[in-house]
Amino acid sequence: MSEELTPKAAPAEAQKAKAAPAAAKPAAKAATAKPAAAPAAPAKPAVNELKPQVLAPEALRAEMERLRHKEGMDFLVNLTGEDWMEDGLGVVYQLENTQTGAQACLKCVTTDREHPALPSVSDLWDIAHTYEREVYDFYGIVFTGHPDMRRLFMREDWVGYPMRKDNDPEKDNPLRMTNEPLSDVTHSYELTADGQLVATEHPLFTADDYVVNIGPQHPSTHGVLHFRVALEGEMIRKIDPVLGYIHRGVEKISEQMTYPQLLAMTDRLDYLGAMQNRHALCMCIEQAMGVEVSDRVQVIRTIMDELQRIDSHILFFSCLCQDLGATTAFLYGFRDREKILDIFEETCGGRLILNYNTIGGVMADIHPNFVKRVKEFIPYMRKNIKEYHDIFTGNVIFQNRAKGVGVLTKEQVISYGCTGGTGRASGWHNDLRKIRPYAAYDRVQFNEVIRTEGDSFARYMIRLDEILESLSIIEQLIDNIPEGDVQQKMKPIIKLPVGTYYSAVEGSRGQLGVFIESKGDKNPYRVHYRSTGLPLVSVMDTACRNNMLADLITIGGTVDYVVPDIDR
Amino acid sequence: MKRATIKSIPYEEFKDNETYEKIVAELNAGGANVVVRALDDLIDWGRSNSLWPLTFATSCCGIEFMAVCAARYDIARFGFEVTRNSPRQADVILVCGTITTKMAPVLKRLYDQMADPKYVVAIGGCSVSGGPFTKSYHVLNGVDKIIPVDVYVPGCPPRPESFLYGMMQLQRIVKVENFFGTTNRKERDPYKVQAAEKEEQIYNQEEQA
Amino acid sequence: MFDFSTVTTWLHSFLMQTCGMAEWGAILTESVLVALVIITLYAVFAIALIYMERKVCACFQCRLGPMRVGKWGTLQVFSDVFKMLTKEIISMRQSDLFLHNLAPFLVVTASMITFSCLPWNQGAHIIDFNVGVFFFLAISSIGVVGILLAGWSSNNKYSLIGAMRSGAQIISYELSIGLTMLAMICLTGTMSFSEICHDQYVNGWNIVRGHVPAVIAFLIYLVAGNAECNRGPFDLPECESELTAGYHTEYSGMHFGYYYLAEYLNLFICAGMASTIFLGGWAPLHLYGLEAFNGVMDMIPGAVWFVGKTFFVVFLLMWLRWTFPRLRIDQILSLEWKYLVPFTMVNLVLMALCVAMGWTF
Repeated sequence: MSEELTPKAAPAEAQKAKAAPAAAKPAAKAATAKPAAAPAAPAKPAVNELKPQVLAPEALRAEMERLRHKEGMDFLVNLTGEDWMEDGLGVVYQLENTQTGAQACLKCVTTDREHPALPSVSDLWDIAHTYEREVYDFYGIVFTGHPDMRRLFMREDWVGYPMRKDNDPEKDNPLRMTNEPLSDVTHSYELTADGQLVATEHPLFTADDYVVNIGPQHPSTHGVLHFRVALEGEMIRKIDPVLGYIHRGVEKISEQMTYPQLLAMTDRLDYLGAMQNRHALCMCIEQAMGVEVSDRVQVIRTIMDELQRIDSHILFFSCLCQDLGATTAFLYGFRDREKILDIFEETCGGRLILNYNTIGGVMADIHPNFVKRVKEFIPYMRKNIKEYHDIFTGNVIFQNRAKGVGVLTKEQVISYGCTGGTGRASGWHNDLRKIRPYAAYDRVQFNEVIRTEGDSFARYMIRLDEILESLSIIEQLIDNIPEGDVQQKMKPIIKLPVGTYYSAVEGSRGQLGVFIESKGDKNPYRVHYRSTGLPLVSVMDTACRNNMLADLITIGGTVDYVVPDIDR
Repeated sequence: MKRATIKSIPYEEFKDNETYEKIVAELNAGGANVVVRALDDLIDWGRSNSLWPLTFATSCCGIEFMAVCAARYDIARFGFEVTRNSPRQADVILVCGTITTKMAPVLKRLYDQMADPKYVVAIGGCSVSGGPFTKSYHVLNGVDKIIPVDVYVPGCPPRPESFLYGMMQLQRIVKVENFFGTTNRKERDPYKVQAAEKEEQIYNQEEQA
Repeated sequence: MFDFSTVTTWLHSFLMQTCGMAEWGAILTESVLVALVIITLYAVFAIALIYMERKVCACFQCRLGPMRVGKWGTLQVFSDVFKMLTKEIISMRQSDLFLHNLAPFLVVTASMITFSCLPWNQGAHIIDFNVGVFFFLAISSIGVVGILLAGWSSNNKYSLIGAMRSGAQIISYELSIGLTMLAMICLTGTMSFSEICHDQYVNGWNIVRGHVPAVIAFLIYLVAGNAECNRGPFDLPECESELTAGYHTEYSGMHFGYYYLAEYLNLFICAGMASTIFLGGWAPLHLYGLEAFNGVMDMIPGAVWFVGKTFFVVFLLMWLRWTFPRLRIDQILSLEWKYLVPFTMVNLVLMALCVAMGWTF
């Protein structure tokens, strides 16, 4: 299998592939058996393969600053921590220029496993702030110069770094039933001349702050999210999101699973984008293997994605109404959502967790009623969107609560990587369906809904307008579903060629990417999901400052995050 | 003597009647006099028809819970629609979704904060056993490890009908409870003892501090 | 028109003469009887209102509402009451226990006394004297003390924020309520509820007599009254999505039940006052010139009129609640101080002008 490797990425990767899984239990067997079971080489190199440029830690800052300022790489798409065993711990950065669409991929590795340290880039991209904390949490890599080096998901008293290949998290971490200690101080680290890490203490909250805990169990956080909110009267002075209450360790268990098994996890990440998540993963694997799915599958997937998007946006509307106290509108949304669930149920058998896409196709052909039902649904939904506008959008109370509240500028959303409706409400053209069309999006006409106000009202309107666009996409496709197979013939054991792959789809609430690093085994070496929600939660502090406590609810509702997707 | 019976739900409607029969047998073994049992019946009738759930959802099942409250399935028909956000005022905690080890103490605390009588329904594979995430290092394999569960509703996520079925099963359990005299919920006691000890400990610590 | 005072006079003479009680004994017995009646009515109306709210909101939301317990779910609220009565009452460490336990009683007492101010029928007034409106306003503000105490004594940040919001809101909106009532007093020339009702029985409903200023006052009263009851869209103090349950977050069992009851009774009282002052209280619907029609209307007892009108207003308020999203605290206060208060003041002047110039019906 090594023959199709591109020369640049090959040497390092191939070495690692041989040496790597000495400790990782199931991978070990696969590595030795690798040459015999290697699948047939794909005809052409995978379109989604990343070829990271390897940088030494000392050179990272200079190169990053150059890319950020000289080449205009203003969007940090993804930041993935990795553990390559003997080859050290490191980070893969994926950057994008939002003007030209140019992309870059870099990799920085440190071999020090005891005290790994890399320079921070959190001052160049705001979102790196959160991503680096995640890497610190999973791999223990300290980012020097990062102002707030705390764990992101695990408890503060967690022992070890769970995503390291040689770490057995359950051994050191029995179930702790004590209340979680939440520190009021944080640390930043600097590297001295002689290579020592020096910590500096910074206060998060002082004794004068009136800190109110919103969450972890709170009706308006849409799941188990915890905001520590410093208040002055009703005004918000600072928000510190505490994450990880629904961190299910999906990425770690994925490493012990085969590729078809992986699929089961995606539906449960962002359960309002089950179709799209799974689409992203299937697409990533298919592209990496060079499998072409039939036109029929492409169209079905597109229709399903759009139905899912409508479903998710209706739920967004409902929950926002509920949060703002308009309970009746909440139920109206759910009434219409049931119609979509009926359509899903006939074809997929599930309501929420659909398990429909498979590698190389879909689970089953569409139900005979599908076309009829969808056609009935389109005019029905168009009519009801008007009703939504009548009952809620036009309401003066809502308008006063949403307009001009939680304004995010275009620079902020790009720097925070807030894709999806939140980014588009601030004027950022980030719709992947337009930028890099996948599936059947290149053969349909639709508008990318853009607003420039960047406030809660714009974010709300974007979603409702997108429902109409999605309806029009479905309308264009539903009569023209081509004939063809719904499932390509796949090998019984699916293996990906050695390499690093990244594919993204436009999920209901932003760019949902799947990062897979393969060593050629039947299970992935590293799986990382570019969560749509993590940037959205990271931006909450910026969006909410100097607004009132009640605005936290409006802003949180309109940026529209789903918590299991954040925590993974 | 008066035998404990269930009135409003036809016996044949449920498949698994064994557990219920066991509870009734235990109950009738102790025996209760007519007046007390009549009062018990009245209170049980009140409690079983007014199980106010705590809004508690961690993941997917929470969305289905919202669907149960919404128009098509309408949990309000049973009188359960008064979802309370404060654990003090809720009667039943529907554990909807995965409970991670970080969430476990929070869940336990929520449970402790609820006023008696309180019930737990584990909804969905995750809270029953860990579900698809059983192997994860950060997931609690079943909430019954930390709080006593009355009803398990399997599914991933369970359909709204299963929610309603689970809630009706819980009603049956409530309907054979004793309020006066003995209690058939003896499994609760160890937890209470534990909680009291812990509270004492915390109290002492705070006193010293 | 049936005059309820015949019953009270008969009862009094029955106790005095047939039972041979002394004056004080008779009055004491009567007071006890009246208190029992009040408490019973209080409970009955609360239960009816809760049931009504659940059914009305279900109708607005394309649902069925309670229907399993009793026919059409009529017994649903009774089962809630039994549940609540037997639910544990939690007391917390580090909370101010005395105040914590006192607060719900203050709230219930306040709403019960204001409840007794309502004129039910001709001759059926419990608390009625020449400054009845003042008394009503004064007593109704005791409730806010209960709410503030609840927030303070719970030792909970949500409760505290909720209570402070509630304090600011209720005290502000009391101003509007007072001013709108004042406008109507201008028209009727009396502050006694019985006389206000009787006046409307003779001269026609205030909302008709006072035409434009009265209608304005009625609308403002509805808004302010809704805010006074802490109900949506003014339900900030217990605003679920921000503060879990607001000032009563830490209350369980029957203590919470008191708040629950008081919330609905306050709604009833608010609606009852609206019907007393604007819609004629127990005065039946009379159309000018249609004597036969008026005669038929007079056959219907006053209590039915009163309760009917009150439930009509309650329905209006429920409609509001289930339609609108919630306001933000600064919007609530600016609505009151920047719009409603100036408006009511102008309205008061307008009403005084109308009355002085005799431009009323």
